Amino acid sequence: MSAETETQPARTPDPNANQGMEFSTDAYLDMDLLRFLTCGSVDDGKSTLIGRLLYDSKSIFEDQLEAAESASKGRGDERMNLALLTDGLRAEREQGITIDVAYRYFATPKRKFIIADCPGHVQYTRNMVTGASTANLALILIDARNGVIEQTRRHSFITSLLRIPHLVVCVNKMDLVDWDQETYEKIRDDFEEFAARFEINDITFIPMSALTGDNVVNRSSNMDWYQGPSLLHHLENVHIAGDRDMIDPRFPVQWVIRPQSDEFHDYRGYGGQVASGVFQVGDEIVALPSGMESKIKSIDIGGDSITRAYPPQSVSIQLEDDIDISRGDMICRPNNKPISGQDIDAMVVWMTDQPMVVGKKYTIRHTSNEARCIVKDLHYQIDIETLSRDESAEKLGLNEIGRVSIRTTKPLFYDPYRQCRITGSFIIVDEQTNNTVGAAMIIGETK
Amino acid sequence: MTQAAEPISHYRLTHLKALEAEAIHIMREVAAQFERPALMFSGGKDSIVMVALALKAFRPAKFPFPLLHVDTGHNFPEALEFRDQLVEKIGERLIVHKVQDMIDKGLAAEDPGPFPSRNRAQIPTLINAIEEYRFDALFGGARRDEEKARAKERIFSFRDEFGQWDPKNQRPELWNLYNGRHRMGENIRVFPISNWTEMDVWQYIMLENIEIPDLYFSHKRDVVKRMGQWVPVGEAPFGPREGEEVTNRTVRFRTVGDMSCTAATDSPASTLEDIVAEVAAARASERGARMDDKTNEAAMEDRKKEGYF
Repeated sequence: MSAETETQPARTPDPNANQGMEFSTDAYLDMDLLRFLTCGSVDDGKSTLIGRLLYDSKSIFEDQLEAAESASKGRGDERMNLALLTDGLRAEREQGITIDVAYRYFATPKRKFIIADCPGHVQYTRNMVTGASTANLALILIDARNGVIEQTRRHSFITSLLRIPHLVVCVNKMDLVDWDQETYEKIRDDFEEFAARFEINDITFIPMSALTGDNVVNRSSNMDWYQGPSLLHHLENVHIAGDRDMIDPRFPVQWVIRPQSDEFHDYRGYGGQVASGVFQVGDEIVALPSGMESKIKSIDIGGDSITRAYPPQSVSIQLEDDIDISRGDMICRPNNKPISGQDIDAMVVWMTDQPMVVGKKYTIRHTSNEARCIVKDLHYQIDIETLSRDESAEKLGLNEIGRVSIRTTKPLFYDPYRQCRITGSFIIVDEQTNNTVGAAMIIGETK
Repeated sequence: MTQAAEPISHYRLTHLKALEAEAIHIMREVAAQFERPALMFSGGKDSIVMVALALKAFRPAKFPFPLLHVDTGHNFPEALEFRDQLVEKIGERLIVHKVQDMIDKGLAAEDPGPFPSRNRAQIPTLINAIEEYRFDALFGGARRDEEKARAKERIFSFRDEFGQWDPKNQRPELWNLYNGRHRMGENIRVFPISNWTEMDVWQYIMLENIEIPDLYFSHKRDVVKRMGQWVPVGEAPFGPREGEEVTNRTVRFRTVGDMSCTAATDSPASTLEDIVAEVAAARASERGARMDDKTNEAAMEDRKKEGYF
């Protein structure tokens, strides 16, 4: 079955296919950016859906189409295999599977999109977590013939764990269930029932057929019972400006800019990216860990002054007073500071074969800070298929997720992950191999 | 500072400014995490944008790294001239490492056969430069939209002591946290504009009014038809081959690599606005003009595994 639904006839690009996609120069310079995640396996029709979004937004070029066509013929496929456009590595094409996250790009006059295209199988959970960490929105595909399955639950759990603000549930292959409204509604109700356990605030359901294009770019005439937007319309219009925290100013210092020149003799700029909140010239600030206070004298980008810095801008901040600040320090407001501490509880996703064990020491990277830590406790491991907690677990293996207590060698300045994805996350690095072996989302202080 | 600032709720970051912020963040991470970084500079538009981003990341101070040009000896003279002018204007240090020197020492060779390509000879030349200057991080201007192997590559791309990329064993890369830890002799290739598309690069050049070589704009040039594309001809070894007829056409380059493997496209686009409109309407990919990628379906992946950028 999947061989049929994952392919579509090779076709000559229709010169009228992209009407309504014209850009003006002004539009190009006034678009915003949406990063979204797709997860699923070959059978869900994910490649077909991505292929259609790329094709209908004119993001696939003729020579890329030709290359995929000739490769399809070379493999003896009867019709063009859209997965060949998206699977980039030799091993992936040979084995017909997606192994790693691939990033793809398309734009409409309203928005530029970055797709983190993730493999769906359980053995690639770490790859999905990687793609999810920067996404504003997740697309989960459900085959209308199968309804909510174990994989749907797992992907929804990761979406919730990584706190992706928006979720779109694509009930796909509606053409294979005769565009039946009841089938769609049953799937929607099933999903809502189990998703009530998760913290996902914004869920949108769209019945569609990626193969025929119904409700992908244009509203479907086969499903006039559905009154909502097409997928592309939703992606173009979903409100993302409110996802950023504008309340709690956090500025991890990355790099101190000190020109060795007479002209800029007194310039001492703190380079970094605003993690959350807004900084304004004249604001009173406090630097952590020193606790020294000062005021913002100027904010600039490459020497050009601005009055306010918003997340996620990369700027350079100068202060009124010459206080000692270096990489790893945090600039915030005296009346709004992050938590400072060495005993931290976090949800950890383990990403390597060598398991995480209690008592082992690792290096961690948190904002622009680096520290060492020791794993003090593993409270429980979550079975990502049943979501049950195993409190007897003694280690975390590859792709396993659990609640962990660590103690760090020096205080970190952090917020709970649910408040800020930047100051609330860290990665765990193995000190022997230098590999990134774990991803952690901070819950709070160890009780 | 007297003008009323707009309300915070009205704040909106365009996609170009979001990409710029990400690239600046990446560049500063490299400056902080490594001892001897360098920025790969070719004189092409992507590396020119990289220099513009480095100015934003580090001015009013100097760059905490030199620029490095792996000179194949097959460059367009216009690109070299532009390179030298830019370096003088910004007052930064440029290191030029030449493929010809490597060939003379017997450490690299041109591809055998009738095509005088030095594409592969760049690999030992680059690795030699890394060893000589002990670079531990190299910025490259590669983008994920260019090619499907690149679509899978990390922003911090770890290389072993032979410069090799292992696509099946890449470090997970989450949030904006980059892990640059490495052993002596290993290095990391860093791609700050990974998430930019060809269109984003052109829009940014337009938005920021960045100077680029005239090669990118419409001009008259002698070309021959080779493998279905307009290939520029010049002095030996870039002269016409037997049976090829030289014609003078109005063309521009969408991408600038070696003269031996970069094709020109017919184009009247003489301003950045024209180019943006042309790129928007294009039906062929940018790397379609690079004959070096057409060898086979996995040409780029294979070269990267050997140490190519």
